[in-house]
Amino acid sequence: MAIETTTTDGAVKAAPTPDRSRRTALAWLIARRALMGLVTLWCISVIVFVATQTMPGDVAKIILGPSATADQVAQLNKNLGLDQPLFSQYWDWLRNVLTGNMGNSLVSGQPVSELLSERIFNSATLTVMAMVLILPLSLLVGLLAAVFRDKLLDRSYLGVSLIVTATPDFVLGSLVVALFGTVVFKVLPPVSLIPPGDAPWQHPQELVMPLAVMVLVGVTYLSRLVRVSFIDVMESEYVQLAMLKGLSMRRILFRHALPNALAPSIPAASIMAAYTIAGSVVIEYLFAYPGIGSALVDAVAGHDLPMIQAIIMLMAAAFFCFNQLADVLGTLNKSR
Amino acid sequence: MKAVEVTGLTVALDDGSVIVDDVSFSLESGQVMGLVGESGSGKSTVGLALLGFAKKGANIVGGKVVVGDVDLLSLAPNDLREARKKLIGFVPQDPATALNPAMRIGTQLTEGLIGDKKENLPRIREVLETVGLPSDDAFLRRHPQELSGGQQQRVAIAMAVAKKPKLIVFDEPTTGLDVSTQARVLEMVAQLCADNGMAAVFVSHDLAVVGTVGDLVTVMYAGKILETGTHEEVLQSAAHPYSIALLDSVPSTRQRLALVAIPGRAPAPGTKFDGCVFADRCGFVEDRCREAPPPMVATSAGGEARCIRVDHVRKNRTGQVKEPLRLVEGREEKTSVLSVRNLNASYGRSQVLYDISFDVAPGECVGVVGESGSGKTTMSRCLIGLHEDQTGGFEMNGEPLPPRLRDRSKAIKQQMQYVFQNPYGSLNPRETIATAVMVPLRHFYGDRGKAARTKAQEALERVEIPWRLADRYPAELSGGQRQRVAIARALACNPSLLICDEVTSGLDVSVQASVVELLRSLQDDGLSMIFITHNLAVVRSIGDRVVVLSQGRVVESGAVESVLNGPQHPYTRGLLADTLDVDRPDSETSDLTG
Repeated sequence: MAIETTTTDGAVKAAPTPDRSRRTALAWLIARRALMGLVTLWCISVIVFVATQTMPGDVAKIILGPSATADQVAQLNKNLGLDQPLFSQYWDWLRNVLTGNMGNSLVSGQPVSELLSERIFNSATLTVMAMVLILPLSLLVGLLAAVFRDKLLDRSYLGVSLIVTATPDFVLGSLVVALFGTVVFKVLPPVSLIPPGDAPWQHPQELVMPLAVMVLVGVTYLSRLVRVSFIDVMESEYVQLAMLKGLSMRRILFRHALPNALAPSIPAASIMAAYTIAGSVVIEYLFAYPGIGSALVDAVAGHDLPMIQAIIMLMAAAFFCFNQLADVLGTLNKSR
Repeated sequence: MKAVEVTGLTVALDDGSVIVDDVSFSLESGQVMGLVGESGSGKSTVGLALLGFAKKGANIVGGKVVVGDVDLLSLAPNDLREARKKLIGFVPQDPATALNPAMRIGTQLTEGLIGDKKENLPRIREVLETVGLPSDDAFLRRHPQELSGGQQQRVAIAMAVAKKPKLIVFDEPTTGLDVSTQARVLEMVAQLCADNGMAAVFVSHDLAVVGTVGDLVTVMYAGKILETGTHEEVLQSAAHPYSIALLDSVPSTRQRLALVAIPGRAPAPGTKFDGCVFADRCGFVEDRCREAPPPMVATSAGGEARCIRVDHVRKNRTGQVKEPLRLVEGREEKTSVLSVRNLNASYGRSQVLYDISFDVAPGECVGVVGESGSGKTTMSRCLIGLHEDQTGGFEMNGEPLPPRLRDRSKAIKQQMQYVFQNPYGSLNPRETIATAVMVPLRHFYGDRGKAARTKAQEALERVEIPWRLADRYPAELSGGQRQRVAIARALACNPSLLICDEVTSGLDVSVQASVVELLRSLQDDGLSMIFITHNLAVVRSIGDRVVVLSQGRVVESGAVESVLNGPQHPYTRGLLADTLDVDRPDSETSDLTG
């Protein structure tokens, strides 16, 4: 809060050098936020660590299977360092992370970074593709709905988007799978297994359904925001003046209204990206897509602490970055 | 041939209620018509209808608007757009919201013109120079928010003038401007219309403004034209009781007159009347006024008025003599409610107030006058303790007064009350007005329940808000009523000093009159007041002494009579010259008589 006030005030007060002071204020804003981000990440790591300790079941028992003897379990626990006190376990993990070593998977014994690199790439591909589709589609749908405000098109769009937003992602995903993958049409593969070593875009058919669900959820949410800000702008006095000047509808829509309607939607789009990352856990798991989301589900099932920590850190960092981006964009927009 | 001919123009809301009823007038090239009326009279709706435009929810349902030889209302949408582009210019009320914040000024200036940008640039530069703005590329590249309010308004005017229209519609273009900027803009408008042979309709609630700029004056009320005529006919010898009432509510810089507010409030748009629309508020009303709508009749002065008693009204009106009001005199110099000594204030590194000193005597009203940017609002915020970045000394009734609100005792807070400029923003929209008045009662006196309601009732009745409105929400009241509630809330604390920050500047002239008269009556009860305004005429009506602020310094101060009759500082003289006045027939300084 205090930071935002300095930015706006700085821009107003220091009239002689507005650009410089605004830039310094912005640099400060970013630096403060980055520090806040690190603190947030640390807090999350502690919470995840404590949470994994309270999970039922024993890692060694899960790895060795039900027939393992107590000796074997104790031996494995010792090898994995799980017999150490909680604090030193956490300290070891933190020290390693700070030196760039995310540790080894408890289950497979391979380095976490190695296991995750391909998964991260797969997930990033999916998210980026989804966002590339969501942004222009939301704009188009929101604009159309605003132009045909209160007409049949707008009303039916509002109804559909409400239903989609209210339906949980996995229900929506299951419906899509049933419709196109298994029960009704069988035109698309119901699971999105990408063989290791292949890039996701080498299997376009497998990408269609997970992308469709992500885009549907994203567009219904974001386009409603676009619609509202577009309606606000269309009722503004400068649009009225543009009409009175005798300008064409096309010029009014795209030159007068669009840039102004876009501004409030940009921070929302950024938050949307953050939610897409978090939401990918459900989608990836549902379609068995080999990304970090499904890796997280597997790691939790196997009590694979280093994996869980690494994935959650990663997601939290991405979520945080996009949220901060939204804030910074919002502040810039306001101070303009 | 007439440049503009409007016949039977009628605008109705979607639910069928008529908000502009059968409006007809015509203009020659180069003629300017002032269209005057209170909020809700339908004057702005007429302005928009002249471009064949109605706001969402309203429709033009009848009549003809002929500009040149084009009947606008019979055109197909595409042809109407072309006609707007070529024939008619529109200057909006508030250029700060009507210019697109995301587009450069150059683009906004050229886009409405026929032909491409390059061809039109020389014309744009020429027009910008005519309106007194820079015309270089650097200026054209700016965004509207990088300009001052006056510059924005000039850009909007240049935009409308550049296409050389046959008709130009000004929708209250000077309402938000300082008196001096307003004077310059009005002069420019008159010049532009005369030079380019454009007809113009100038919409305003302020008769002084309309009287300055218009060749013709048309008075509207409740969607109907009540009186029309030349500038002299209407302003010198108004014939309709409503026009007379409007004239009586305009304050003068020359004389301290009692302002006469119009009783009652303007009817809601679309209200149906059997007889005369003004009958309920008219002092000359007879039974037959309510029977049938009166026709327009010629007045002896040469104009037309919609009143069946025109001759009677005119005869009795000239009999009225206005007595100049007395001033508060014989105040004891020794005591003062508030003294301000060497007040300096700044925002960060930039100082906005320099060595302000003045005193307020008991029962006295000190008017603080200055243009925007003169520091008058910062000063009032310093006095009430809201602005912390200040040095200097305050004394209240001889006791030192801490500069910061949080250091002030409850008793002091209760004695100094503040009324904000904008009654739409200063009342909590989710509280009824009775609650709004009771909050300070509970805070300062611990009054609750019945005791608090009784006191709230007294306070509201003192500002002439009937108790039956007590459980309404601010949104259900008119602007003038809201400002009265804000004043009542301050009065409920039983203050000894009331600081009024531009309390009338957002109000119609007729409503301003009622608020000013209300404040004057409070002064009679011994209340001291600091009245901040940009309008010298208002200060003349209510102030006993005046402090003139310019760029954060006091340039002149003294008794209202001596400062306004013989201003010493050039700034005060300029301000006084720019403050518009209506040439009223009963004003002794006027050499014209009706």
